[in-house]
Parts: sequence; structure tokens; C-alpha cells
Amino acid sequence: MSFEEKEMAENIKRISGVNPRKCMKCGKCSGTCPAYEEMDYHPHEFVAMVEKGRIDELLASKSIWTCLSCFACVERCPRSVEPAKLIEAVRLEVIRAQGANHLKAVQIPELLDEKLPQQAIVSAFRKYSK
Amino acid sequence: MTFSYYPGCTLKTKAKDLDRYARSAAAALGVEMAELPEWQCCGAVYPQAKDEIATKLSAVRALMAARDEGRELLTLCSACHHVIKRVNHDMVSDENIRTKVNNYLKPEVPYTGETKVIHYLEMLRDTVGFDELAKRVTRPLKGRRIAAYYGCMLLRPGNVMGFDDPENPRIMEDFIRAIGAEPVVIAYRNECCGGYMTLENRALAQKKATTVVDAAASAGADTIVTACPLCQYNLDVNAVGERVPVLYFTELLAEALGVKEAEA
Ligand code: SF4
Ligand code: SF4
Repeated sequence: MSFEEKEMAENIKRISGVNPRKCMKCGKCSGTCPAYEEMDYHPHEFVAMVEKGRIDELLASKSIWTCLSCFACVERCPRSVEPAKLIEAVRLEVIRAQGANHLKAVQIPELLDEKLPQQAIVSAFRKYSK
Repeated sequence: MTFSYYPGCTLKTKAKDLDRYARSAAAALGVEMAELPEWQCCGAVYPQAKDEIATKLSAVRALMAARDEGRELLTLCSACHHVIKRVNHDMVSDENIRTKVNNYLKPEVPYTGETKVIHYLEMLRDTVGFDELAKRVTRPLKGRRIAAYYGCMLLRPGNVMGFDDPENPRIMEDFIRAIGAEPVVIAYRNECCGGYMTLENRALAQKKATTVVDAAASAGADTIVTACPLCQYNLDVNAVGERVPVLYFTELLAEALGVKEAEA
């Protein structure tokens, strides 16, 4: 683990409020995750990798864009680890950097359809842009 | 009883049906919904990070406005309810967030999470009462088989939302019974429909939505009801294959109370 990764791991733990060492590695979070098949690293792996400081791989993971924020893993973790908070903190590490927004306003017009609720656009910006 | 009411951005635009039927039904039930004179979009996703302050301010402004009006805050959209309720919980339980928000907003009286946030369904259950609602129904939806789709936002995390049992809820089924229809309990009623993925990965949203609608279809439901505009859109537009109409619960409520046509 590089020095930068160590710093980032500390920050991710701080802003998420998650203590990965509480995890008992039961895998229930990943078992219940509705986005599991679409993820490269899964919720339980986020927990283990933050603990080990393997942050660079997580920053490049497509899972940070695929988590549905459904909180199933939060509700069902028997140890109250709350993996979704870690995934969000990793995503923030990425999009808080200048010019690193995942969704840009110019992309919106082509994504619209007649019935799309405002909520879809607002929520995408909240998740993918700063 | 009068509530301060927070409609949210989508109920003023694509989800007008959710809002207007709620208003006419509330009027018929003697509940007044006093829309907050000024409100801002809640942001639609609760910011989980402990150092996110600015993204929580619009919710706090609504909470504070309701407190200053001396009322409970009534919500209707699942996402607004989720965001506002969780931010309120932060204002009660997280001293760092509470201090920073108050330092920034500088209200005359600091806000410490005093406002009670009530979802419209909770109002029906706890203020009106489902037994009383059943008595007020003039056109019971006899013979209708209705599946409740809860989604994620109203239920989870259960220890903050306090809405119902997050794994085995019943409030929407009780509501369906009160308006004279038969509730159809379906698998996936409290699993995510994938709506948030619409712009990022529509194929995933389609797959998740189809699973929910398939469950309703195979259980023989003639209608799915929801309280969330994004779930409504996703289940209605993105699901492929067999379709079941997806309506807002307020539309069926207005219908059962005989005030739907008056509105339309
Ligand atoms: S919040 Fe994200 S990681 Fe957790 S179960 Fe839902 S989709 Fe999976
Ligand atoms: S459910 Fe909780 S305890 Fe189990 S692997 Fe996931 S984070 Fe660890």
C-alpha cells in the first residue's frame, strides 16, 4: 500500500464513519446486493480492501457508479458495518477532484425522454457530480 | 389537523398526479396540507458522508420552516421523505453536522431536529386511522387485486426511517384493504427497482424493473401502487415483457373517496 493509499483509506473511513474491522466476512451484503452481477468489486470486497488499503483498485472500480444506493447491505449486515457508506466515500474521493465529474450537464439532453422524472436527473447529479 | 407540506420538485412537474390526488383526498378526510411558502429541492439522494454539509441544507431549511410554523412536516415522495427524515436524524444525532449547519444558516433559534417528519401513508395510518379511512370510503375498489411496491427509500435504514418493519412491511397492504381492494403480496416489494440507474445504466434499470413487474404479474395483480415517482417511471417505462399498470397510491385513494373526477 502506497502512502497516498494509506491517507485515502483513513479519509474514507473518516467521512463514511465505517469501521471495516467490525466485518465478520459473512458475505451477506454482497448476497443481497441487487447490483451484484454488474459489479467488479462487491460490497464485502470494498470492506476488506479499504481495511487493507487497496484504494487505487477501488477508485478505478465500476462498482462505485453501479451501486444503486438501495441500502439493502446497510439494513442486512449483521455487524452494522454499512458497506454502502464506504462505496459512497470512495466515489466521493473520485468526484471531489477537480474536473472529475462522472456526469456532465451537456450529456443530459440526449438522455432525456418525455416521462423521465426530475428526480432521475437530480439524483444522478447528486451521485455523480460535485 | 394541519400539516406543513413539502411537495418536492418532481411532484410539481412529472408526478403531478401523486400530488393533486393527495390534496383532494386529504381535503375529503379533513386534513389540511399547507404547502411551505418556500422550499428547495431536497437533492433526491441522501448524502451519506459525514463531512457533507451543503447538500443537507435544503432539507434543514424545510424542517426549520415547519418548526417555525409549529407543525409537523408532511412528505409524499419517497425520496424526499427519505432525505428529509435522514437529515433530521443527523441534526439530532451528529453534533458536528448540527453545529456546522447552524453556523452556516444562523437561524434565530438553532435547529436541533425538533420537527416530526411524517409521510402521507403514516398520516393515513396514524392520524386518520385505516379503520376510519375505510368508513369514509364511498366507492370501495371491490374486486381489484393490488400489489404494493415499497421500494427502498421508505423502509431503509429501518432504525432511522421507523416507517414499518423493513423486511416485512404491511402499511401499504393495510391501506389497500382500507380502500376496499385485495392486497397481493409480491416478492421483491421491498427490493430495489434500479430506478437510480436509469441515466447511468438503463439495461440494469430495465432488468431490475422487469423482475418486480414479473412478480406482480405472476401473482395475478391488476395494479401496482407506489409512492415514488422514480419507481413509477422505472416500473412503467423500463420494464419489458408482461406489463401491469403502475399507479400512485394517492390516485386510488382519491378514487375510493369519490373525489377523483372532481380533480380530473
Ligand atoms: S446500497 Fe449499493 S452496494 Fe449496498 S446492496 Fe444496494 S446496490 Fe448493493
Ligand atoms: S454483511 Fe456486514 S459483516 Fe457480512 S461481509 Fe458484509 S460488511 Fe461484513
